[in-house]
Amino acid sequence: MRLEVKDLRVQYGKIEAIKGISFVVEEGEIVTLIGANGAGKTTTLKTISGLRPVASGQIIYNGEDISKMPAHERVNLGISQAPEGRGIFPGMTVLENLEIGKYSRKDRKNEMQEDLEKIYSLFPRLKERSSQAGGTLSGGEQQMLAIGRAMMARPKVLLLDEPSMGLAPMMIQNIFNIITEINTVLGTTILLVEQNAQQALQRANRAYILETGHIVKGAKASDLLNDPAVREAYLGTGAHS
Amino acid sequence: MINIRDKGAAIWENWGRPQRVAFAVILIAVVGLLPFGGNFSFTSFLNTPVSSYQAVLVYPVGMFVLMALGLNIVVGKSGLLDLGYVAFFAIGGYTAGLLGEYTSLNTWEILPIGMAAAMVAGVALGLPTLRLRGDYLAIVTLGFGEIVRIVALNTQSLGASTGIAAIPTPPKTFGLIFDIEHSNSYFWVVLIMILLVIWMVRRFTVRRPGRAWEAIRQDEDVAILMGVPILKYKIWSFSIGAAIGGAAGVIFASKTQYVAPNEFTFNVSVLILACVVFGGMGNIWGVILGGVILAYLPERIRFISNARQLVFGLTLVVIMNLRPDGILPRKKREKLGVKNKSVKEGSDV
Ligand SMILES: Nc1ncnc2c1ncn2[C@@H]1O[C@H](COP(=O)(O)OP(=O)(O)O)[C@@H](O)[C@H]1O
Ligand SMILES: [Mg+2]
Repeated sequence: MRLEVKDLRVQYGKIEAIKGISFVVEEGEIVTLIGANGAGKTTTLKTISGLRPVASGQIIYNGEDISKMPAHERVNLGISQAPEGRGIFPGMTVLENLEIGKYSRKDRKNEMQEDLEKIYSLFPRLKERSSQAGGTLSGGEQQMLAIGRAMMARPKVLLLDEPSMGLAPMMIQNIFNIITEINTVLGTTILLVEQNAQQALQRANRAYILETGHIVKGAKASDLLNDPAVREAYLGTGAHS
Repeated sequence: MINIRDKGAAIWENWGRPQRVAFAVILIAVVGLLPFGGNFSFTSFLNTPVSSYQAVLVYPVGMFVLMALGLNIVVGKSGLLDLGYVAFFAIGGYTAGLLGEYTSLNTWEILPIGMAAAMVAGVALGLPTLRLRGDYLAIVTLGFGEIVRIVALNTQSLGASTGIAAIPTPPKTFGLIFDIEHSNSYFWVVLIMILLVIWMVRRFTVRRPGRAWEAIRQDEDVAILMGVPILKYKIWSFSIGAAIGGAAGVIFASKTQYVAPNEFTFNVSVLILACVVFGGMGNIWGVILGGVILAYLPERIRFISNARQLVFGLTLVVIMNLRPDGILPRKKREKLGVKNKSVKEGSDV
C-alpha cells in the first residue's frame, strides 16, 4: 500500500480550495494532515475517497492513478473513510451501521461475525449498544461507530476526518489510543486529518501542515512537535514553554 | 398514541412459520372476498353510493394501492422525490391502447411490454437526473409527467385529446371473464400484482438493494463511502417503481377500455404521493392503508357531493397533525433478536 497525492487541485465552483498539494503515505504509517478550520483538510480526504472531483493532479494508489475512478470502486481497493462529524446512519442500529460497513465486500459474508468481534473488542461500548439506533449514541460513541464501520471494510488505508472534534478530553484520549492500536496491532495505514495538533503529532509518524489549500511544511511528527513556529501556531504555546 | 406497527411487528416476530403462513392465507382470503362485502346486510355499509362498490375496489382502490407501493420504492425506500409518477401510469396505459389497436396481442402479453416501456422511460429520465441532488429530481419528474400528457394530447396517432377507445379487455382466463360486468376479475388480478410487489419489496428490504436504498436515503455521501454505487441503485429504484406504474396503466386501460390525456394529470401524481405520505412513507403496510383510505373514502362519502372534497381534505389535515409520519410509519430501529439471526445466517450486506 502506498498512497501519493501529486500536485492536487480541487475547486468548489470557481473557488480553489486545494491549490496544488503533494504528499505521500507509506505502508504502515500514521500520517497526519493538520490545519486550522477551512484549511482544506476535509476537501483533501473527500477528494481521495472520490466524493469531490479533482480539478488537476493525481491520486496514486499502489502505482495506479485513481483520481478518475468512481468513489465506490475506491472502497473496494481498500480506501475507507470515517467522515467528518461522525457521519453515521442515525436511523440504523449500531449493528446495521457496522454491517453496511461491509457492503463493499459482498463476496466475503463469512467475515461478518469475525469482523464484528474484532470491532467489538476494539470498542466494547459498541457491543453494549449494538441494538440502539446510531442517532441516539453520544458523540464519542458515534465517532467509535464511524471508525468501527470504516474498519469493517478491512481497509488498507483508513482516512480519519477530525475524530477528536467536539469530544471531551477523556474521550479524545480514548479514541486516539484506539487509532494507535488499529495501526500497530492491525497494521492498518492511517491518514489522519486533525485540528488537534498536539494529539495528532504525538500519534503520527509524519505530518504535513495545510494552510489555506497549500502544504507549508512536511516533516517527522516528532520534529514538528518541537518546532517553535509550529508550537506557536498550532499548539498554542511559545518556543520557551 | 398506541404504536400499532410495533405491536403488530412484535406479534409477527413471536409467531412460528405455520402461524405466519396461516395468517397470510386468511388475510389474502379475506381481501380476496372483499368484492362480496357489499352483499350482506351487516357489511352493506361498505357499499359506495355512486359507482358500484366492486368497480371502486378495482379503481381507484386497487390501482392506488398498487401505484402507491410502486412509488413507495422510489420515495419511501430510497428517498427520491418523484412528482411525475403519473407519467409511467400513462405510458402503460397508452402502450395497452396502441398495442391493443394495432396488434393482436392480448392484455397478458401487453403487460410485460407496458412495464418494459415504463421502465425504459424511467432509465432514460433517471440516467441524467438521478446524478443531481433532490430538488432537481422533483422538478424534472414533475415536468416529465406533464410532458408525457402534453405529448399525448398533441399526437394524432395517440388520439390527441380524445385518446384511444375500444381497448380490448383481457381474454377469458382460468374461467374468469373480464368485462364491464365482471369487475371482480380485475380486482383479483390487481390483488395478485399487489401481492407480488409486497413479496418483492419485502425480499429487497432485507437484502443488498434494500440496504443500499436505506443508506442512500439516510445519507448519500456516506452511502458512497460504504462502497454503494448510488447511481445504479437509484436507477433501479426509479425504474422498478416505473415498471409498477406501467403495469397499473396496462390493467387500467384494459378495464376502462379507454385512455385519454385528461386521465393522466398532475393530480394523479399528487394523490399517489399523498397515499404514500399519509399511510407512512417506507412502510408497505402503512402505504397500503393510505392507498385504501385515500381511494375509498372520497367514493364512500360521495353522497355529500360538494362538501366531499372539504371533508376529505379536513380529514387528511387532522390525521397528518395527529400522526405526522403517517398512520403506520416505518420502523425506526430493528430488533436485536432479528438482527443477530441475520448475522448468523451470513447476512448479505
Ligand atoms: N461545499 C462547499 N462549497 C463551497 N466551498 C466549500 C465547500 N466545502 C468547503 N468549502 C470551502 O473550502 C475550503 C476548505 O474547506 P474544508 O475542506 O472543509 O476545510 P477543513 O476541513 O480544513 O476545515 C474552505 O474555504 C471552505 O469554505
Ligand atoms: Mg473539515
